[in-house]
Amino acid sequence: MSTPQVADPDVGLDEDEVVDEDRPWVVLVWNDPINLMSYVSFVFRKLFGYSQAKADALMLDVHEKGRAAVSHGPREKAELDVFRLHEHGLWATMEQQ
Amino acid sequence: MGLFTRRVKRLGVDRYRISLPEHEAELLRSLLPQLRGLLTTGLGDNDPSLTRLFPTAYANDPERDAGYQALVRDELLEKRFASLDVIEGLLAEADGGEVSGEELSAWMRAINDLRLVLGTRLDVGEDDDPSDITPDDPDAQAWAIYHYLAMLVSVIVDALAEDL
Repeated sequence: MSTPQVADPDVGLDEDEVVDEDRPWVVLVWNDPINLMSYVSFVFRKLFGYSQAKADALMLDVHEKGRAAVSHGPREKAELDVFRLHEHGLWATMEQQ
Repeated sequence: MGLFTRRVKRLGVDRYRISLPEHEAELLRSLLPQLRGLLTTGLGDNDPSLTRLFPTAYANDPERDAGYQALVRDELLEKRFASLDVIEGLLAEADGGEVSGEELSAWMRAINDLRLVLGTRLDVGEDDDPSDITPDDPDAQAWAIYHYLAMLVSVIVDALAEDL
């Protein structure tokens, strides 16, 4: 018995890298004890155009579950969203899905 | 909140009036330069309140985060100074008077920044109850200011939300 020959591992890594970059990013907002609930909800409506109901639901997720995914997209868009959230004093991070 | 809401009033589309009692305007005139000072001289320190104003973006990737911070940190700092310029400029006028939505948003962000710095220094927790603070607590005044700023952010949000 023999194991199948694995193709050049470097090529495999490169392909992973390409696929990696294409996977969408998610922007997370984390709970903090300082920002007001009404403020957090307002910022979601203002920055993302969400309805009051959607913004409130996301805000409550942040408050009760500790975090919520507030936007998704390519890396550049996620970075811009994180920047705008930081500008408003929210604790936001981004990671690849 | 009763009469407190009179401090920020929506006059019409994109028009608001801010009217603070003089002693409150004076309080803000004394606090805002402290925030400016922290932003001007404190960067680079490991002050937790600064970390709160300039958080990590890539939580799981220090290398990418360093790249991100190098790219946008100055811009984020500029945004914070710009909001301070707006609020300090308006507070310098005899009567704050009428402001646009942009100007009121700058007020909101600058005052919220003050809350973030003060709250971080007070080590505010999720379950802190203001009625636990007694007048002889060394932080009693800081807590009073912290809650005053919360009420101010709240009425500004209510006014701005009418135009969303």
